[in-house]
Amino acid sequence: MSLESGSATDQQVEVLSQKFTLGFTYTRSTGPVVGRFLSSLRDGKMVGVKGSDGRVIVPPVEYDPVTAEALSEFVDVADTGEVVNWCWVAEPTEHHPLSHPFAWGMVKLDGADTPILHAIDTQGDASQMVTGMKVRVRWLNQAQGNIKDIVCFEPGDTSSGNIPQHDFEEPVVMMDAPTYLDYNYTAGNATARYLHQIRQGKIVGQKAPGGEFVYVPPRGSCPATGVATTEEVECADVATVESFTIVHIPIPGNPIKPPYVVANLLADGADVSFIHLLSEVDNDAVEIGMRVKAVWKPEEEWGYAMDNIRYWKPLDNESDKGGK
Amino acid sequence: MQDVAIVSFVQSDCVRYAGAQNEVELIMPVVQAALKEAGLSSVQDVDFTCSGSCDYQQGAAFAFVAGVDALGAVPPIKESHVEMDAAWALYESWLKIQMGQAESALIYGFGKSSPGELSNVLSLQLDPYYLAPLGVDTISLAAMQARSLLESGEVNEVDLAEVVVNSRANAKNNPHAQLSGDFTVDQLLAEPETVSPLRKHDCCPISDGAAAMVICTVEKAKAMGKPYAVIKGIDHRIETHHVTLRDLCRSPSVEIAAEKAGVHDAPVDVAEIYAPFSHQEIIVKRALGLDDSVAINPSGGVLAGHLFMASGLSRVGEVAKRIIAGEYKRGVAHATSGPCLQQNMILVLEGM
Repeated sequence: MSLESGSATDQQVEVLSQKFTLGFTYTRSTGPVVGRFLSSLRDGKMVGVKGSDGRVIVPPVEYDPVTAEALSEFVDVADTGEVVNWCWVAEPTEHHPLSHPFAWGMVKLDGADTPILHAIDTQGDASQMVTGMKVRVRWLNQAQGNIKDIVCFEPGDTSSGNIPQHDFEEPVVMMDAPTYLDYNYTAGNATARYLHQIRQGKIVGQKAPGGEFVYVPPRGSCPATGVATTEEVECADVATVESFTIVHIPIPGNPIKPPYVVANLLADGADVSFIHLLSEVDNDAVEIGMRVKAVWKPEEEWGYAMDNIRYWKPLDNESDKGGK
Repeated sequence: MQDVAIVSFVQSDCVRYAGAQNEVELIMPVVQAALKEAGLSSVQDVDFTCSGSCDYQQGAAFAFVAGVDALGAVPPIKESHVEMDAAWALYESWLKIQMGQAESALIYGFGKSSPGELSNVLSLQLDPYYLAPLGVDTISLAAMQARSLLESGEVNEVDLAEVVVNSRANAKNNPHAQLSGDFTVDQLLAEPETVSPLRKHDCCPISDGAAAMVICTVEKAKAMGKPYAVIKGIDHRIETHHVTLRDLCRSPSVEIAAEKAGVHDAPVDVAEIYAPFSHQEIIVKRALGLDDSVAINPSGGVLAGHLFMASGLSRVGEVAKRIIAGEYKRGVAHATSGPCLQQNMILVLEGM
């Protein structure tokens, strides 16, 4: 985690943040209507569907937007058309289809009655963009079976003639639709204070003023009362096993080799348990009520995370089953 | 339909970066203040709680569940959530009261947009086959809507700039605003276009924050002895998901919702319009049939601060607050969701 300065909260604390990328690696089934459109792209063809009022909708939709009637009468349209609306993107992002300045445009293809939205490439020249201009599809060399088989539109009133190559004959019924979003997540005030203590090798829970419960880890409030946990209470790195499970199957992305023990641990001085690992113990000997002690990483490896504690192991004195 | 009373409304400041405040820490202060303003001591004193938020904003799955920790939900409360602006949480709560399942409700919305890139996050609400894979962003879609309005010849760029001038001037009286001040049309039009034809000031800022409201039956409000505003009408309409199949210059969903909510039944003297882009205020104002005698966005609107997922609730709260204060008699609040004003909610508020 990186440190930033500045905070607008009651208790000043350095902001802890962590960059991460959230990926949704979905595969989507296309259905017959969208699939028909995507299948035609590899042959360099654009296809629309006739709406309830007879207008040709491109790209085709499954149901009429006015009557909700299921639509199925496909119509071939041209890969050339006219720009009916556009905007200019002076600073493209990594999510955009072109890396230099370009236009988004709504293009009414010849033979269609509704526009398709896609990028228009004028080689970065905004002055070429005008409503009513003629454009044509620039096709991808090797068709993939999705909307990106259309690279973009480009100025021109006749087809480019460069239709895509492809090595699949079956109709498109599925498409990969991965999405990635970048974040710089910031820990809350209460969590940041907690992590600063963990960084120092201390487990410091929090409670609301006058509150009954000490929370480890704290998340900002006493959930029972909705009051901020502004008071800090140092807990021991000794805990009681409240419950546990033995994991026998490998978890994708998890480096720990099964079987291993994951336990709910109640640190001495805390009122709610957290989840951590148990080790240096015969898995079959683990039991509820067992007393355990934190095994910390070497101090020079400590960061703002619970894995400063490698795992927990049984207390030497097994008779100490008291708890808090 | 029975009248429903708005007895309190509280909003946080609109800030670009809330830093070390998680959802719980954003929600707690506004919920506690809204309950207190209504004369209630805890969430246990209302019959129902409903919230609006979107986990994709900060990239924290089920952040809305964590948000419940802000309430004090022990013993367990009746609670619900909409993955929508909190105006829709208000709508659900209003329905609960209409159905006789609750006499009072707490509503809150929160949004922390600063960890992510809101414009890209909102690509995910687009058609997943034809648009989302291209990375079409909301600002670009709004820019095309603005162009269709400008090229219709009915509106020019001076009109757009005037919306921004008024928003920032009004926001000088709004302590929660992120952007405010005195600007001239000439000053604004001298700025470069960012996503042509939109300039940066035509787009709302992005804000972190939260808002909360308490509503109840009129009988209960009277018993509480607190001043209140009354929801006289509410309606919500949605247009097709396919943005290319819509006439972007018009908002038929606002027109119908306004009619059904009773906007035209009596004169209106104030309106808060949820327009994240300057031209959208013009579209909504026209669809509402409001003339220039109506005070539009006395708070500055969302061009002055945009608590994504709470801004719709704030529009309602800003109207209610002014009616309670006696500044206006009959007001309209508007909330929107989806690209280019795809769906719209209209409320009509009056005094006690």
